[in-house]
This record gives sequence, structure tokens and C-alpha cells, in this order.
Amino acid sequence: MAGAASALFLLDIKGRVLIWRDYRGDVSAVEAERFFTKLIEKEGDPQSQDPVVYDNGVTYMFVQHSNVYVMTATRQNCNAASLLFFLHRVVDVFKHYFEELEEESLRDNFVVVYELLDEIMDFGYPQYTEAKILSEFIKTDAYRMEVTQRPPMAVTNAVSWRSEGINYKKNEVFLDVVESVNILVNSNGQIIRSDVVGALKMRTYLSGMPECKLGLNDRVLLEAQGRATKGKAIDLEDIKFHQCVRLARFENDRTISFIPPDGSFDLMTYRLSTQVKPLIWVEAQVERHSKSRIEIMVKARSQFKERSTATNVEIELPVPADATNPNVRTSMGSASYAPEKDALIWKIRSFPGGKEYMLRAEFRLPSITDEEATPERKAPIRVKFEIPYFTVSGIQVRYLKIIEKSGYQALPWVRYITMAGEYELRLI
Amino acid sequence: MSRNDSKYFSTTKKGEIPELKEELNSQYKDKRKDAVKKVIAAMTVGKDVSSLFTDVVNCMQTENLELKKLVYLYLINYAKSQPDLAILAVNTFVKDSQDPNPLIRALAVRTMGCIRVDKITEYLCDPLQRCLKDDDPYVRKTAAICVAKLYDINAELVEDRGFLDSLKDLISDNNPMVVANAVAALAEIQEHSSRPIFEITSHTLSKLLTALNECTEWGQVFILDALSRYKAADAREAENIVERVTPRLQHANCAVVLSAVKMILQQMELITSTDVVRNLCKKMAPPLVTLLSAEPEIQYVALRNINLIVQRRPTILAHEIKVFFCKYNDPIYVKMEKLEIMIKLASDRNIDQVLLEFKEYATEVDVDFVRKAVRAIGRCAIKLERAAERCISVLLELIKIKVNYVVQEAIIVIKDIFRRYPNTYESIIATLCESLDTLDEPEAKACMIWIIGEYAERIDNADELLESFLESFPEEPAQVQLQLLTATVKLFLKKPTEGPQQMIQVVLNNATMETDNPDLRDRAYIYWRLLSTDPEAAKDVVLAEKPVITDDSNQLDSSLLDELLVNIATLSSVYHKPPDAFVTRAHTSAQKAEDEEYPEGSETAYSESSSANPANGAVSTSASVAPPSPPPAVPVPDLLGDLMGMDNSLVPTDEPATPAGPPLPILLPASTGQGLQISAQLTRRDGQVFYSMLFENNTQVPLDGFMIQFNKNTFGLAAGGPLQVPQLQPGTSARTLLPMVMFQNMSQGPPNSLLQVAVKNNQQPVWYFNDKIPFHVFFTEDGKMERSAFLETWRSLPDSNEVSKDFPAIVIGSVDATLERLAASNVFFIAKRKNANQDVFYFSAKMPRGIPLLIELTTVVGSPGVKSAIKTPSPEMSAFLFEAIETLLKS
Repeated sequence: MAGAASALFLLDIKGRVLIWRDYRGDVSAVEAERFFTKLIEKEGDPQSQDPVVYDNGVTYMFVQHSNVYVMTATRQNCNAASLLFFLHRVVDVFKHYFEELEEESLRDNFVVVYELLDEIMDFGYPQYTEAKILSEFIKTDAYRMEVTQRPPMAVTNAVSWRSEGINYKKNEVFLDVVESVNILVNSNGQIIRSDVVGALKMRTYLSGMPECKLGLNDRVLLEAQGRATKGKAIDLEDIKFHQCVRLARFENDRTISFIPPDGSFDLMTYRLSTQVKPLIWVEAQVERHSKSRIEIMVKARSQFKERSTATNVEIELPVPADATNPNVRTSMGSASYAPEKDALIWKIRSFPGGKEYMLRAEFRLPSITDEEATPERKAPIRVKFEIPYFTVSGIQVRYLKIIEKSGYQALPWVRYITMAGEYELRLI
Repeated sequence: MSRNDSKYFSTTKKGEIPELKEELNSQYKDKRKDAVKKVIAAMTVGKDVSSLFTDVVNCMQTENLELKKLVYLYLINYAKSQPDLAILAVNTFVKDSQDPNPLIRALAVRTMGCIRVDKITEYLCDPLQRCLKDDDPYVRKTAAICVAKLYDINAELVEDRGFLDSLKDLISDNNPMVVANAVAALAEIQEHSSRPIFEITSHTLSKLLTALNECTEWGQVFILDALSRYKAADAREAENIVERVTPRLQHANCAVVLSAVKMILQQMELITSTDVVRNLCKKMAPPLVTLLSAEPEIQYVALRNINLIVQRRPTILAHEIKVFFCKYNDPIYVKMEKLEIMIKLASDRNIDQVLLEFKEYATEVDVDFVRKAVRAIGRCAIKLERAAERCISVLLELIKIKVNYVVQEAIIVIKDIFRRYPNTYESIIATLCESLDTLDEPEAKACMIWIIGEYAERIDNADELLESFLESFPEEPAQVQLQLLTATVKLFLKKPTEGPQQMIQVVLNNATMETDNPDLRDRAYIYWRLLSTDPEAAKDVVLAEKPVITDDSNQLDSSLLDELLVNIATLSSVYHKPPDAFVTRAHTSAQKAEDEEYPEGSETAYSESSSANPANGAVSTSASVAPPSPPPAVPVPDLLGDLMGMDNSLVPTDEPATPAGPPLPILLPASTGQGLQISAQLTRRDGQVFYSMLFENNTQVPLDGFMIQFNKNTFGLAAGGPLQVPQLQPGTSARTLLPMVMFQNMSQGPPNSLLQVAVKNNQQPVWYFNDKIPFHVFFTEDGKMERSAFLETWRSLPDSNEVSKDFPAIVIGSVDATLERLAASNVFFIAKRKNANQDVFYFSAKMPRGIPLLIELTTVVGSPGVKSAIKTPSPEMSAFLFEAIETLLKS
């Protein structure tokens, strides 16, 4: 069962080692580099490559971030889920330190990179990945303290995500409830899957060690408390909490209690797989006239209450790769041809509920086509939008209590917003 | 001091090293620090700066933590190449391990543990002992991991100095992070030890479950993974455990979620209440679904695991098939895995929707994905009888699109559908025949030809169609040739008219005279003889009714599935292979036998599963039952020589029952084999590989009718004759030498040394056990090379074929004895030369199929450390070769 990484590599886009840390001395950088450069060369597009690859006794796992690969190598049967998740965390830590993780920033800060690699993993076992606390004792600043006296208590504490002694003049909490709607509609207009993924994103500016308690209109909780639930309560299907939330407590009495980290974090995410009416419905008719011309007619309709308004609506309509000479008319917003995406992008700044807008476009097609050509890639219509002050699930924050022993009053600010996630409508 | 460190990379003047040396010895602190940075920068880009060792170590005594860390990093990298100088650092290390600053204390033990130099290791013990009892938890958690490091370097030292007990004490530490690291260290040590070290009692279990609530996310994973080995005593305890683990399903870290799922699934096996089980299934579904919203790499791991989970508990996700529908932007590796799960979850209820999806995928652009989608439709047809017709109509629609690879793939699956539902859908043959000329892939062609032959009587122009293929018979691949041969014979038997008669002449002629493929020739001769002696018999044979097929592709064997479920979230669950198949850390076989005596979690994986048959390869027939042998173990006369038509003297019949040499490792302990104990080992004797086996009957009844089978393995080892074991009376034992043949049933995938064996007898269920193939048994007797031939071969192989490995612990005491031992295993001495104080030896050996192997060993006779370099045309075998060399040098 036990297993650990042998080494961690930071590689450039061609697979050459930038910096690496050897944890176990049983995989060499030369070996890894030879394997990985070959892999990239062979695959061309590493996106299509399984993220877990076996070669000559060694398993390599990697993730890509901008022009850098973060990769581990191991000879044991280690926990793949844990190591891959760890790699994503490593990316987060570097991003926190260098703002952007890329080849340049790694080279520019190689000393700190080595220090971090020493602290986040020991003998191939993930140790500590809270960027905020790490930066208390591993610093990039030119003016380092000569000797840090001790590791922050948080590193080994039960509350490993928050340091003591934080102080703010004004104690505030911002809570954003963000829901993304994922929807997949097939070519005959049938919704084949839809779900909502919500996140409670928190930004805390609180002094000391505040105890927080969050109340939601969670049906299970309200029913347990014997309160009337007149259509206001909601069922959350799968809730995931930030590690600060006491899970055993939640399991017991559905209370969400926690000591928050300082700054921004995702307190919880949840998922609802109830059938959602598509908030923005798009219908497209594509007509190919002979082989020289293609005509697209699109109707977009908002299917939410009139008092809400969708903003920054962007509808991406796929067009044939060889289309030219666009001629577009819209009843609202503006449309532009994006040949690099083989798409027409229709932008509508503000789209109130219960409205319908139209777009009509015509493209020229080359008259000669290759008989042997592989079939055209059938991309779906994709939609992006935001609807502020609105949630699909009807989730409500009933209260957010903050108790700190110094007894200060803290103000919670709550905002709601709904966005399009993976919102795809397949064309006929 | 600038924030931009990149300037340190840009010192490429001529006298770089001397310049750095000077700067490292500067009297100014800042200059020294800058110099160390430059050294590290040079190290990072791969320059050799080991010659600055002394100068860098001189900077180690500093108050500056950043500088100290850099020097430590340098030491980790170069101490191994300068073991004598490394000792210079020891004093500072020991001093630092008592520094008032806990960061420095921890840093010192952490770094010392990373330096794999014996001289340093000796000095590590005292500081480690102190740090394990340090006041600061940060130091203790570092020390806990350091014990595992030390165990990896020198296990005896850890046991002698009582570190294992200190480590076990840390399980009760009041700091959760220390507990978690202690658990990780103990679990790792247990993995590499044959003795029970880390036994989880119900008391530790409870303590660790409590610690779960306070650990970091990574600590939770360590603990859950370690606890999944725990076997609850009864259903009640299992329910209790599950109750305490379930809250973990809500954790934001998906590794915590998957490890919790693993543990719940393990405990569920014990829970008898169907209500509880149903409830748990319901609870696990949402978290598993949510894993599909994670990053694609993690989705991939989750999907590979879900694939296993639905095979064991299909109900968990029975209603969630929609979440596995592919998104446009999913990476291809995620799409492929989703497809596999969709097939597994497809049912009469959801098949319409699933088919719509498959059809959609079949028109995408990624060829592999499209093919898989088409195949998926076929597999659903075979799986769901009531939906077969709908599946076929979708396939026909796809054929009409006339995309070449879609058509070919469709024909391949339709052939299987015909086999599954004989005499049902043949009406579509006409449509298939229309696409005949677009076929250019062997498999599709072979399938189409099979269909034409099988249904020759229903296809009016079957002879014309086949004839069109015959023209190119000599150029076709073997697969197509074989099908053409059989189809023509079928045609002839069904329509014995003039046309087919001529065709069969042509085919038989081609297949016997013009080919050098033995399979084809043999088959053709058999047909020829059948047809010329008794056409009716030929009909019985060639047109015999075929057994109906089922869709069991991608369904795992139940004992393997058990083992994989224990390994959820690990690489084993991603590869769908047991850990032994890819973990390359060397275990000696003797150690392994002891391992298996120790009852461990996965042991029960090999329970009774007589229906499952892991061996796909050659089946050896049962030996005729020998007369019962008298109670005391008598020498078993070996009849193999006769049977194999070999010279009898190869295996002397009067061989003593227990030949000299070490006893055979026990592979199936009596505790597992219900009283039957089997010890075995592969050996080489007189140019032949044998499986030397010892059967001991500790049961109350006589055992007879022994048979053996080997699963597919890298080297294609299979039994070369029947297993000769007489009836075994209770309390007796028998020894046998089973001749082995190679390249019989080769397994695909990465090479490994796993040999899976199944043994049965008339009284007991089938026993499965694993053995490790010692590569040196393959070295053939004719491996000796002339010096000139050796040199020539060495030169002719490209440098990329040279691989080397160090065996730091091996000592060559006596050169003569070593050479003799190697020669006994067919590794032949060629030459020797001196290089400085080291001796370099050259050897040659030959692997089966005449592949040469050239070996270079470099060592100082009498002191530890042997460097071994090998050169061979097949370097992919190097891992095994090194293992073999190591074993030979050790013994």
C-alpha cells in the first residue's frame, strides 16, 4: 500500500529538466528526461497522452501548467490520486509565490524553488502545501530575516491553515456564492445532462482565531430541527468542504463550523443534478447552398425571470474551417468571426430575462473540396454568461456567525451569481 | 542582492571553477553566499561542480539559513561521489541537530537521511534518537520519516538501535502531523520487511481514526491507506469503522475521498445487513460523481477506479450513466475511459440514450475514439439481447456514412454479433457486402471473409466475392490468409460445384507450397487430408456449430479484481495490474516466501474461485495417476526424460530427494493451501529450464491428480510436459522437476518477472500463487565468446544500449570463487583489466534466441560497491539482467 515518489521534476515545454529534486535516489534525471522528451516528441500534443505512464520500471505522472510540466517519478505502487492532486497543489504554491508559474519564474527563483521542494515533500511523501503559511518561513524577499526562529506553529498544528496573531483593524468577511451551470443538449434539442456545481468562495479579513458557523437553507438540517420548509429548503447532493471544516461535526448534526484560513479560499463546493431549464437557449439552423455558400440562422432566448439580467453573454457558433467572407447581421449585440477557433462569436453585453434575439450570417465556401478529406469536426455551440443576484439552486446563506475571544463584531457580505460552466448545445 | 536569481546562471567565463573556488573562500559573507548560489546554479544546469566539495562544505557553518539550505542541497547531490570528503560535514550536521532553532534541527536530520553514504549514516543514529523525542513536533515529524530513510539504507541498524519502537511510540503522539508521518514510515517499512512490524490492532485503529479528524489532508491519506489493510473482526466492527470514515467523503481533497472509498469498500465485504450496504452504496455515489468535476488528470485516475468499483458493485452508479457522457473538451484519455464505463453501465433501460451518444462519438475526428465508439455499440449488442436490433441499425447507419475506418470497425463487431445471435440478423449481409472493396485493414478483411464463408449458402455470389480476394492471396497478411483458407473450404463444402472446386485447388496449393508460414501450411494440410479422405468428416469439423460468445472483454478475473480493489487510488488500480507486475524494487525470492507466510490483507484475494481460470495459455494435460507411494518420502522416479524424448541421463533417476543447496522457497504456505504446501523455484540444468517443485501434504487425506498451469508471462514460460506427482499420502512429500518451455504464452505490456501459477488436484480447489522469474536461468550454455568477438560486439552496439547500475552493498571477496559461480550460471569470464585501484571484469552470456549480453563489472576487490554496466541488443530487459547479476554476485 505504501509508496512514495522518487523524485519531482520541473520540465520545460520540450521536456528538458529545469529543476529537479531527488527524494529517493532511485530514478535519475537523465533517465526521466530521455523518456519524457521522447514522449512529447512522439505524441506531438501531450494533451492526448495519459497522465500516468509506465516506462522501464518507473511510473511517471505529470500535469502541465503554461510552459512548464510538473512531474513525479516513482518505482513503487504509490497513491496516484494523491500524487496527481499534489502536483496541482505544487502548481498552486508556485503561483502563490511567483504570481505566474512559468519557465522564467522558476529560473529567476531557483533558490526558493529548491527550498520549497525540500519543505513540501520529504522522502517522496507530501508534507505541507499551504502556500500562505509556507511563505511565513520561506521568503522570496530580498530582505530575508537572517534566521527564522522557528517554523510557524501552523505547520504542525491541528489548525494547519492559519497562523496565530493575525490582526485587522476592520474585521470583514466576503462570501460569494457562485453557481456554474453545466448542460449538454443533443442535436434533437433534448437535454441529456445538466447539473449545477456551486462554490462558496470566501475572503476573510479577521483577527485572531475566529470560530465561524455557517447556516444554509439545507433541507436535511431544517427538517432535523423540525422547521417548516415551504419550498425554501434545498437538497445539496454532494458537498465537499475545505479542510478547515469539521467533517465529523457536519456528519453528526449538519453544522458547518470552522476556523477559516486568512484570505481567500473555497469554503465548500456542492453539486445538484436536478434537471435545470437551460437559462439561455440557442437554436441554430444551418443551410448549405450548393457547395459555395453556407447560411446560419440563430435564435437565442433567455428563459429566466424578467427581473434578472444575464451579462457578458458570449455565444460561440462553429463554422466550417474553410469558410470565408462573413456577412453577419444581429438584432442585438455584435458578432465577429474568429477564424482561429473556426467560430463566429456573438457577444451580447446585457440580456434581460424573457427576451429573444436573432443572428443571421452567411459565409462563402471554396468550391473545390477534397474527396478524401476526413469529416469535419463537429463542434457544439458553446455559451458563456453571468447572471448576478441569482442562483439556480435557490441556496441561501441564513447566517454566518463569527465568534472570537476578543469579542469583535465582524460583518459578513454575501453575494450570489450564476455562470455558465460547460454549456454545450450540439448542432444537427 | 537581487530578487532575480537568473544572473547566477550566466557565469560562463573560462576559469569558472577556480574563480568560484576563490569566491567560496572569500572573507566576505555576502560574496560566499553568492558563490554558493552560483555553484547551485551550475549544478542545476547539469555542470559537474563536485570538485568544489571541500570549499562548499566550508561554508556550511553559518548563521544564514538560506545559505545553510543551499550547502545541504549541494551535499545531497555530491556526497555520494565524494564519500571520503563527506565526513567533513558530519560535525556540523551533528551540531545543527542540537541547534536551538527547530527549523535547523529538522533540516539537519532530514538532510542527513538523504545522504546515502555509510560513513554519514553511522553518525545519524544519535541525532535521530534525540530528534524522535524532540519537544518540537516539526522536528519529530521530520525524524519519523527519517527512520524510513535509514531503513532503506540500512535496515539492520534501524532494528538494532530500537528505532522501530520509537516510531511505534509516535503513533500515540499528541500531534496529528507526527502521527501521520509515523504511520507513513511504518507502512513503508512493513512493505519491505518480512516480519510483522506494523500490526494494526483495534486499539491503534481507534487512535488513528481519531487522529484523522485533525491531520492535514496528506496525513489523512497516509492513515486511510495504512488502515485499509485492517481486517475487522466482525460485521459490527466493520460498521463502526465505516461510520467513522464516511465523513471523509466530504473532503475537498479527492485523494482523501478515494482512500475513504477504498476503506469503506473493504469493510463492506464483511457487512451482512443489506440495508446498511444499500445505504453505503447510496452515500458513495455522489462523491464518486463529483470526482468527475476535478482536473482531467484526476478524472482519469477516478475513472480507472470507478471501472473497478462498478465491476464489483454495479448498483452504486447504475443510475448515473449520464455523468459519463463525454464533453467536447474532455481530453482523449478521459473520453476513452468514460466510454468503457458507459458500456459497463448500459442496460435495457438506458440503451436508447447511450446509443445516441455512441453515434455522436462515431462522427468525431479522433480516429481511435471513433473506433472505440463503434466497438462499444457492438459490445452493447452482445451484452443486451433486447437491444441488439437497435444496435445493429445504428451500425448500419454508420456504415452508410462510408467513412473507411468506421465501416471496417463496424464489420469487425458485426461478426461478433453474428456469433452471439446465430441465425437472427443475417439479412444485413447484403449491405455489408457493398462495402467490400473499401476494406484495407487485415482484421476487418478477415472478419468479412469469415462472414462470407460462414454464410456462403445465403450469399448468391459468395464464390465471386471470395475469388476477388484470392488474386492477392500471397500478399495478404497471415490473419487474412487463414480466414481465406477456411472460408474457401466452407464454401466448397456448402456448394461443391466446379467454381469452388477450382478455387480450393488454388488456395490449398498456395497455402501449402507457396508459403513459409507454418500455421497456414499445417491448417491447409489438415483440410486437404480431411477433404481427400472423408468429406463428411470434413463437414463435421469445419461446419461444426460454434459455441455462443459472451462479452467478457475487459471484465477482470474475480481474484484479480479483489486485489485491485484493495489497491484503490494507487497505481495498481490505474494500470489494472497487481503491484508485483510493475513494482521494480528487488525482493529476493526467499524473502518473498516469508512475506507470504505473514497473513496480510491481500492474502484472501486468492480464495476459492474455481470457476475463474487465470491461465490463458497452454494447458498441460493431467498425468496418469501413479501408484500410491509408500508413506516416507521416497525418490520419485522421473519419467520426463522418456516423455520428452530426451536422453535419460539428463535427469538421473536416482537423484536424491533433497539435492544439496538451499531449500526451495515456499510459495503456497500450508496455512493458505488448506494443508497443501508447495515450494518451487525455476532452475537450469543441462541446458534446460526446469520448475523444481516440492509438494507437502499436511492434510488428512491423500491428494492426487495434480495439474499445473502458468498464466501468460513476459517470457512466455509454460509447462513443457505434464506434472509428474504421484498420489500424496497425508504427511508425505514429493519432489519433481517440471521441464519448461519458453515463448509459449507471452503476455503483453511492460516486461516483468511475475510468474503466476495455478495448481489443482482432485481433492482441493485450484490454488494460485505467484513466483518471481530469476532471469539467470535463461542464460544458455553457449554464451562464451572469444575476446575478439566480444570486442566486436561491444563496438557494434550503439552507446544507447549500454545501461549501468550500482550495487553499493555487494562485496566481491574472492575473485576465483565469483568467476566460478558465474560460470556455473553460464556467465563467462572474458578478460580483466586494472583501472586505478579498481578491477574491471568483462563477461559474456547469451540469452534465448541467441541474444548476446555483454557485462562489465567494476569494483575494488574486498570492499563494498560493484558497478555493473551491460550492453545488449535488447536493453529493455536490463532491469531483469541487473537483478540476475545481483543475485549471482550475492549468492
